[in-house]
Amino acid sequence: MLPILHAIQAAFGHVPSTALGLIADALNVTKAEVHGVISFYHDFRETPAGRHVVKICRAEACQSVGATGLAAETLAKLGVDWHETTANGAVTVEPVYCLGLCACGPAVMVDDKVVGRVDEARMNALLAEAGA
Amino acid sequence: MKIYVPMDSAAKALGADAVAEAIVAEAARRGINVELVRNGTRGMIWLEPLVELDAGEGRKAFGPVTVDDVPALLDGTLAGLGPVEDIPFFARQTRLTFARCGVIDPLDLADYQAHGGLGGLRRALAMTGEEIIAEVTDSGLRGRGGAGFPTGIKWNTVLGAVADQKYIVCNADEGDSGTFADRMIMEGDPFTLIEGMAIAGIGVGATRGYVYLRSEYPDAIKVMNAAVRIARENAVLGADVLGSGKAFDMEIRVGAGAYVCGEETSLLNSLEGKRGVVRAKPPLPALEGFLGKPTVVNNVISLATVPVIFEKGAAHYAAFGLGRSKGTMPIQIAGNVKFGGLFETAFGMPLGTLVNDVAGGTATGRPVKAVQVGGPLGAYMPSSKFDTPFGYEEFDGQGGLIGHAGIVVFDDTADMLGMARFAMEFCAVESCGKCTPCRIGSVRGVETIDRIARGDADAIPILTDLCETMKDGSLCALGGFTPFPVMSALTHFPDDFATTKEAAE
Repeated sequence: MLPILHAIQAAFGHVPSTALGLIADALNVTKAEVHGVISFYHDFRETPAGRHVVKICRAEACQSVGATGLAAETLAKLGVDWHETTANGAVTVEPVYCLGLCACGPAVMVDDKVVGRVDEARMNALLAEAGA
Repeated sequence: MKIYVPMDSAAKALGADAVAEAIVAEAARRGINVELVRNGTRGMIWLEPLVELDAGEGRKAFGPVTVDDVPALLDGTLAGLGPVEDIPFFARQTRLTFARCGVIDPLDLADYQAHGGLGGLRRALAMTGEEIIAEVTDSGLRGRGGAGFPTGIKWNTVLGAVADQKYIVCNADEGDSGTFADRMIMEGDPFTLIEGMAIAGIGVGATRGYVYLRSEYPDAIKVMNAAVRIARENAVLGADVLGSGKAFDMEIRVGAGAYVCGEETSLLNSLEGKRGVVRAKPPLPALEGFLGKPTVVNNVISLATVPVIFEKGAAHYAAFGLGRSKGTMPIQIAGNVKFGGLFETAFGMPLGTLVNDVAGGTATGRPVKAVQVGGPLGAYMPSSKFDTPFGYEEFDGQGGLIGHAGIVVFDDTADMLGMARFAMEFCAVESCGKCTPCRIGSVRGVETIDRIARGDADAIPILTDLCETMKDGSLCALGGFTPFPVMSALTHFPDDFATTKEAAE
């Protein structure tokens, strides 16, 4: 089921509720089971995200080089909390627990692009590029 | 002239793509012929992007290289580091599993074979299943994912199981903070993982394999998919592996952001398209694993180490190490360190040597306060434990674990009460919900630590008691090991828990 959900989310940006019945029929499971799977995983969203998704690593290695402060400043600046989208629809901010960039933190991923050693200036540049 | 610019995501995160583009553009402008190779990383992340230039006299390293450095690089006036092999951090390593990583073009099968690749698989194809398993057992290889279970014993169980279909599942859900060895090898030498899985498949009689790769690694997913396709086109995978008449094929499956899916039974449920909920053991996955069939579930590094064991022989591999921790371990040095990266060495190096000597202490230059070894479920080790040799039993004896061998260094500004709270919070976010000690215990743990932070000393024994319950009552390592960071923080850094109390009073 995961490859199907990834493909739907790649095409539509989220897994619309109308897809549940179709997936359930195709896999011969109940809609409740499909919902159970979607709601279990952090990756799948049932509503569209902003135009760009900025994931900020919250894990220990990034914390040791200031990720907690960076995340707090970023959220405050954008006026959003985790998982929320900026008012102009440009950026959704998500927490992520490790991007495997633990020797060059704080690490951030903008859509599929990874960025290391992110400080306030670099974060501002990334956000500006994303239109936030 | 050949120029190597890593395509590893850590190098990319530090600007390698822009450097590669600048090299191509500058070479074109000058009308000089440059062959650009996008290799894996050599593992010295503080030097990334680490560019190597070979003008016919061997590879010379430069780093970290910026776009502005490119003209000087091509002029030959940029200050360099000499051959990578002479850089002290690299020179003192023993590279077995990572021997090719950063050296070859990751997706060039001919380059792979020119550096010893497929030698192990060819040897294995001439052996019986029993002989293959004996070789792995003799090498002393233990599960590199963290549990340290002997790989040969696991394979032998699957070999002995009777079934119409068996599977090899590679656990590439490397969610532990401070670890990136799986990602590095998949991006830098993907064929070695494929070869290791093929040997496992031939050994135990499994014809299908899956790599469960976390979605947080988009670059590794691309490289592995391309490598599987190339391997299939060249009969390394398929119905007739290297013309042996034996079949093994595999595919890459992408996870969906759940940390707990790094636990093997939860991973199997996820692979089957279900919620990634932990299964009770027994039955062991080796007997009833993927789709209820006998399944080898091994970590990336365990499987990627198999080819070198077969290429050089079990005795060669087992000659490295300490006690029951045989061979080498790719140690990942991360967090607040001067020299961070991947350091593969024989087991046995003391933790303090790794932190103060190899890693050069903290990046901030402040004193080291604590080192978390083994990911978010590993203990915080104070400097008083720095003489502990790096080995499974040795760390266990000190109330810690080596896990996937990530070490995260913190300087003296770290707030250990905050780190303990984070461990509980992380467990609450990532708990699969199956067992109560983990699901509820982690939430109560956060609340109890908040009480301690407010100055309530009575909450300390409650936290200790809660940790005992989580340790004894959880089904898997998530709930069972979260007490390691929490209790080690409380035990070794009581001041961080006491000063807040006094301040509140």
